[in-house]
Amino acid sequence: MAQPRVLVIGGGLAGLAATMRLAELGVGVDLVSLVPVKRSHSVCAQGGINSVNALTRQQGDNEWKHFDDTVYGGDFLQHQPPVKEMADWGPRIVDLMDRLGVPFNRTPEGFRDQRRFGGTLYKRTSFAGATTGQQLLYALDEQVRRREVEGKVKKWEFWDFLGPVLDDAGHCRGAVCQDLVTMQFRAFPADAVVLATGGCGLLYGRSTMSMVCTGSAVSRAYRAGAWYGNGEFIQVHPTAIPGADKLRLMSESARGEGGRVWVPRTPQDARDPRDIPEADRFYFLEDRYPKYGNLVPRDIATREIFDVCTNEGLSVEKDRLCVYLDLTHIPRETLDRKLGGILEIYEKFQGVDPRVMPMKIFPAVHYSMGGLWVDYERSAAGGMVEGAVRNQRTSVPGLYAIGECDYQYHGANRLGANSLLSCIFSGLFVAPTLKAVCEGRGSADDARLFDAAVRREEERHRALLGRTAGVENPYDLHQQLGVLMTRAATVVRRNDQLESAYGQVCDLEDRWRRCAVSDTGNWTNQNVVFTKALGDMFPLAKLILKGALLRDECRGAHFKPDCAMPGIVESDPSAARVEAERWCDRFEENTRKWLKSTIAECRPDGSPTITYQDVDTSLIPPRPRLYGLVGADVIEEVWKERQAGQGESSREATVAAAT
Amino acid sequence: MIKAVDGTVTGNDHGHSAGGGGNGHAASVAERKPIRVRVLRQDVAGGESYWERFEIPYEPNLNVISVLQKIAARATSLDGRAVAPVAWDCCCLEEVCGSCTMLVNGRTRMACSSLVDKLLEEGDEIELRPMSKFPVVRDLVVDRRRLFHSLERVKAWVPVDDSYDHGPGPRISPEEQQDAYPLATCISCGCCLEACPQFTKVETVQRAGETAESLEKRRKDSFEGQFVGAHAISQAMLFNSHPTGRMIADERLEALTSAGGIQMCGNAQNCVAVCPKHIPLTRSIARAGRAATVWAIKRLFDR
Repeated sequence: MAQPRVLVIGGGLAGLAATMRLAELGVGVDLVSLVPVKRSHSVCAQGGINSVNALTRQQGDNEWKHFDDTVYGGDFLQHQPPVKEMADWGPRIVDLMDRLGVPFNRTPEGFRDQRRFGGTLYKRTSFAGATTGQQLLYALDEQVRRREVEGKVKKWEFWDFLGPVLDDAGHCRGAVCQDLVTMQFRAFPADAVVLATGGCGLLYGRSTMSMVCTGSAVSRAYRAGAWYGNGEFIQVHPTAIPGADKLRLMSESARGEGGRVWVPRTPQDARDPRDIPEADRFYFLEDRYPKYGNLVPRDIATREIFDVCTNEGLSVEKDRLCVYLDLTHIPRETLDRKLGGILEIYEKFQGVDPRVMPMKIFPAVHYSMGGLWVDYERSAAGGMVEGAVRNQRTSVPGLYAIGECDYQYHGANRLGANSLLSCIFSGLFVAPTLKAVCEGRGSADDARLFDAAVRREEERHRALLGRTAGVENPYDLHQQLGVLMTRAATVVRRNDQLESAYGQVCDLEDRWRRCAVSDTGNWTNQNVVFTKALGDMFPLAKLILKGALLRDECRGAHFKPDCAMPGIVESDPSAARVEAERWCDRFEENTRKWLKSTIAECRPDGSPTITYQDVDTSLIPPRPRLYGLVGADVIEEVWKERQAGQGESSREATVAAAT
Repeated sequence: MIKAVDGTVTGNDHGHSAGGGGNGHAASVAERKPIRVRVLRQDVAGGESYWERFEIPYEPNLNVISVLQKIAARATSLDGRAVAPVAWDCCCLEEVCGSCTMLVNGRTRMACSSLVDKLLEEGDEIELRPMSKFPVVRDLVVDRRRLFHSLERVKAWVPVDDSYDHGPGPRISPEEQQDAYPLATCISCGCCLEACPQFTKVETVQRAGETAESLEKRRKDSFEGQFVGAHAISQAMLFNSHPTGRMIADERLEALTSAGGIQMCGNAQNCVAVCPKHIPLTRSIARAGRAATVWAIKRLFDR
């Protein structure tokens, strides 16, 4: 390969950002996507993109605080250098997107306007109406189209990634993909392959994710040897609109703009919500979290909404769990200007105008914090070394991962408006790395390697088509998988349920092997493509369940009531202090035991081997996440004293070592 | 693309699942007549089309996507024959990706936001056809590459130097932003093209033994000189109003005044009537018309 060439799989924000920058750096790109890239799932992101900005800076904000909010919000499960680098890049990424023509909302003076999102006290979030993801994606799509016209990028839209091609030494040399129209197979030799294929929400049946978010590409890389990190951390978004085919997202920006979550104090109060007086309304988030109010981090908001419905019985409806998300106190003009897009979705799909009637919402699976394990090269400043070949590299040399499908940036819980940032950041940042990889590659690959890989995939495909005598229906199995995963591995997790779900997933996988395809043709056969993708969901479902089962603690989105650490019950100050000391002891012990990345390796039978890796928390020491906990002030006091004591003793130790 | 069919998941089993789910109003559902659907099918590109009927049990609050999901899961026609599942395009299911355009009861619209209960008010049977202005790939799937090619023709992008850090973009007033934003929400669904009398189908069929590369080249060539369409004209206006975008405004006007450009618009105004995003397309076309006239005169004098 004389011309350096990179294969990018997936054309959402991360894939397009990488493609744009690679083309600019003189690297040729083959861009493979299941759908025309402009239709990628990134369009569904609504609320905005976080970065420190001129205004927040003058209010005391800086990149370090954005970094701190992100790791605190993520319950310290992320390696810190990549997160620091991302926060540092925030301002220039938003500036870049601004230059590319993203119509960010403006202040009267013509500056970018910002709003506040969950898990921070600053207005860091730039937004373009309520369709920020769409607008960011379009800007990148346009730049990539421009490079395509210049001949630097070749798009392969309606193509499915079937797996990486590895040489005898285990290096990734390219991939095999399939044309979803003609069903033809093709090998794509490349100096490096980068996966930017998003999340795996379809494991849960219905979620806020698009129909392409099956996780199949990641699963295929995982089966080929790439490790999967922190799989059990799945974000359940607090506010979605229940629907028969999809749970449509209602953006956090609805709360960012002042939306209030409440339930009637009387269970299933039959009155029109507009006629229920303030005194009869329970604003449970504001009540329990006075500091953050309706903008507590997502995992907490989700659990509270779930709890108020299931345990307190205060769901608005009897047959269907939901709470009110109320915007009706905000002027119509403001709502249309700042939230128009998402309010239209509600109106269109529910037939009710949320400007006059409180919305009914409930949590839904939304984001995979976990994903392919990737590496990074730490810089002296505590960030990442730009262009280092380790950055974003999976455990398979030559295979990289960026965007939602990597595990790197959000730890145990992602903050709102940080995903658009992490996707664009990892896409831009990986480009010089991939260029360096191309430059380091020598000899051309043996064509026989690719021929054999294509033949393997053809064989697998033919075998599936030949399964006409099967008895199982793939769509039914998928529905059952969704129910199972939703019940066992979302908001509340119990070991007995997880264990039993694991067994049931294995049963479903066995039944999948007896699936029939109803379409045996070789032209736009969506039936066989879906059946294949379904088969790829099982290994991921297993690693999620296994990871969740083994992790006996509460961290971010992973909540086990049996492992919860409740707040302080003692009211007497000295007794409360003793209790807080005990609480902190337990916290420290838990940190030692569980502040570790879960690493899943795929066995030949598709089941995971789970191991743990230490997390680099060298920049910001882990501290208890105390949002709304009873007795948080006492715990915080005790904790600060301990930290100060440790600081002194470590200084003493340094002095002693020096003398 | 990849269909997940799980329309019957009720996330509320035992009250222990995220998703809320289901459509709680179970009462009287059983008494409703099943939903009849008539689909215009076609097995391969360039093949013959034929009607096939399906039936699914009634449920409230369905959309056309969930109907197609249920049809795919059964893969049985109304007369009880096992048939290949109907092929269709979809992705986001919230009318923001632009994938699922089709003719629903004769109207061009997005399948995801086509609510069954409303459609049943129009008649007992729901009719689904593929878009007629694009080549059919299979069943309800059409090839809309021409739509994206039009965006290339009008250079629908901001010609930035590079992606290095050069500080923020230009200052923009809230009024300019509010003008630009609606145009920027175009989802490339193609509804405006389907409804346009001036936009006619262009189909390039693969010849025996022809390579994919040759077919692709012939297909691209076949787009030249054909009407670019309202969506592309509107995008040209969007970028010509952006402070950096307008630095190549002349190139866009050149494209809009060449063969297949703005002069082909017959002012039927169907485009704006069918746009699911309510984009003021006719306003963009009027602006483009004026700009093109000024530009043509300027070019005359520059000669």
